[in-house]
Amino acid sequence: MSVVVLLLITGLGLGALYFLAASGLSLIYGLMRVLNFAHGAFLTLGGYLGYQVASSFGPESNSWPVFLLSLVVGAASGAMFAAVVELVLIRRLYEREIEQVLVTVGIGLAAVALVIGIWGSDARRYPAPAWMSQATNVLGAQVPNSRFVCILAAVVVFAFLSLLLGRTRYGLIIRAGVENRSMVAALGIDVRRSFTAVFVLGGALAGLGGVLAGLYNASLSPGTGDSLLIFAFIVVVIGGLGSVRGAAVAAVTVALLQQFANYYAASGVGDLMVVLALAVVLLVRPQGLFARSVRIA
Amino acid sequence: MSIVDKPRTGTAAVAPATNGHRTSRRWIGRTLALALVVLLALLPKLALTVPGVLPGPTYSAGTLQLLAVCFLFGALAVTYHLLFGVTGMLSFGHALYFAVGVYGFAIALQTWHLSLLPAALVTIGLGVVTSLIFGAVSLRVNGIAFAMVTLAFAQAGSLLVYRNLGGHTGGEEGLGLTNAKLPAALLGVTNTANLYWIALAVVVVVYLAVVWVSGSRVGAMMAAVRENELRVQVLGVRPYLVRLTAFVASGTLATIVGMGYLLVQGGANPQITTTSFTLSLLVMIVLGGIGARWGAVVGGVLYTLLDQRLGVLASSSTVTSLPDVLRIPLSQPLFLLGLLFVLVVMFLPGGLAGALARVSAPRPSSADASAPPSHVHTTGEPS
Repeated sequence: MSVVVLLLITGLGLGALYFLAASGLSLIYGLMRVLNFAHGAFLTLGGYLGYQVASSFGPESNSWPVFLLSLVVGAASGAMFAAVVELVLIRRLYEREIEQVLVTVGIGLAAVALVIGIWGSDARRYPAPAWMSQATNVLGAQVPNSRFVCILAAVVVFAFLSLLLGRTRYGLIIRAGVENRSMVAALGIDVRRSFTAVFVLGGALAGLGGVLAGLYNASLSPGTGDSLLIFAFIVVVIGGLGSVRGAAVAAVTVALLQQFANYYAASGVGDLMVVLALAVVLLVRPQGLFARSVRIA
Repeated sequence: MSIVDKPRTGTAAVAPATNGHRTSRRWIGRTLALALVVLLALLPKLALTVPGVLPGPTYSAGTLQLLAVCFLFGALAVTYHLLFGVTGMLSFGHALYFAVGVYGFAIALQTWHLSLLPAALVTIGLGVVTSLIFGAVSLRVNGIAFAMVTLAFAQAGSLLVYRNLGGHTGGEEGLGLTNAKLPAALLGVTNTANLYWIALAVVVVVYLAVVWVSGSRVGAMMAAVRENELRVQVLGVRPYLVRLTAFVASGTLATIVGMGYLLVQGGANPQITTTSFTLSLLVMIVLGGIGARWGAVVGGVLYTLLDQRLGVLASSSTVTSLPDVLRIPLSQPLFLLGLLFVLVVMFLPGGLAGALARVSAPRPSSADASAPPSHVHTTGEPS
């Protein structure tokens, strides 16, 4: 029982990370038709800049205010990097989907190489308050506290995105843009501005995810972002491109499947099961679980 | 898909207007290519030096090894061209079928103790089967979703190799060919020239195979699927089958290149299974030019040379003595290559081949004048 609870909560924590990466990816794709290969780099950069700021406090780096600051720094740097990429590169390649993918691939390669150049290719231990690495007893299972923080962050982000998309004018424009971009433009709304906004929002979520990934793994390496990115892609396809709710459900499903199979079968089997699940979803429902219409072009 | 179709429709439009001119140009091209292959085949017997590009004279083992790897990556880039350039499918999992060649051949030789020819046949069979199965599933979706799915399958393959599930792949250590029954002519530094010739043969054979496939009726269908899928359906052909044929053909050819790579490297390393390896493949063909077959080869060779030489530059004393702001970017070959890639995509669509075509094309002549109307005709079909 205690093992099941532990796997469940750890899986939810991992699902939270997947959701942070996948929700931005899904919105960006849904609205702009850009498959953002640089998303992993946003994540890694956010994580490393959060790390850099936190560790600059020296012995203070394990305190709570510094941790909160690193979260803010991670999100802000992810957002800034995304803004630069969107304004300087993506915007010029408007409606040229393949080139947009290629440019983000190039940025992803270059940014990760830069991170290796600056911080080295070895993993860095991530500074965090001591409470994070302690465990709380839940129904007999000793669950590391950092898992709860990841889950909380994802729930807050999900609530924020739901309110933003469902209750505000910006959300209305974004949802309408996902449905039919040219109709929104025909109504006299500048869709490009919401492209930039969504791209920056996605970057911020990725940066936040980077800091939380550092917390979850207790360490950060240049490959962190890209390894999360691949599962985020799977989550996005399973959940349905462009659907935030689909991303949330798929993130939790994928992470739990992975955790349980990795524990009960063998290490690595869970990751293969996830790919198998993707194949099954594609065979049964190619548009993904939550996409309203077949719009995979 | 604009960068894919532009160069193609351009040349197709030129064809009827200047047929004779085009045929003679094709013969010049063929003669030059043949001369180049003969020259390359003779390199191990010559003592040419290209300072700054090659590490030593052309008969030395180090140079031959580097050139052999260049050829193989050029060949791999051509197989990717068949998929992306001809059929218009953006796959992020092409490394998987290359890896099937490398690891399948290694396991057949090392674990199953097969001799060279049966091992090669088994591996090619494996390549056909894997690309057929994975292609059949991932082609359920198109475009960007297809790209993501191929990425996921390749990741699964990479995982199998790294985690050493089943104990055949050697995990992160890779796999050497210590137990394999290889002919003596393929072993040792003194026989690097033989491996070099194998690599050259692989690139020539793969190139000709791609020429043959894209020139065949199936090849015409592949191009048609890329240009206008709906029209292909109206003609009574299933685009799915055409795509699957292209996928299996290019996957199997990649497997063959992988076998050559195993022999040249004398072992398998898990890096070639990773996503970043597939991404570097993408960089190669975009550098060379997506619309041109020979551009893919040039891109593959150029990328490999750049990667190698930039690595040498990174550890040279001129770079290590620079201040951090310059030293860090310059010491990362992948940073420079990524940046170059972004610049090519932004400012040089069509890559090197496209740039060359623009320079050499007679601008105001009849060939170009006829291009715009027929371009409208081929792509703006009422559907």
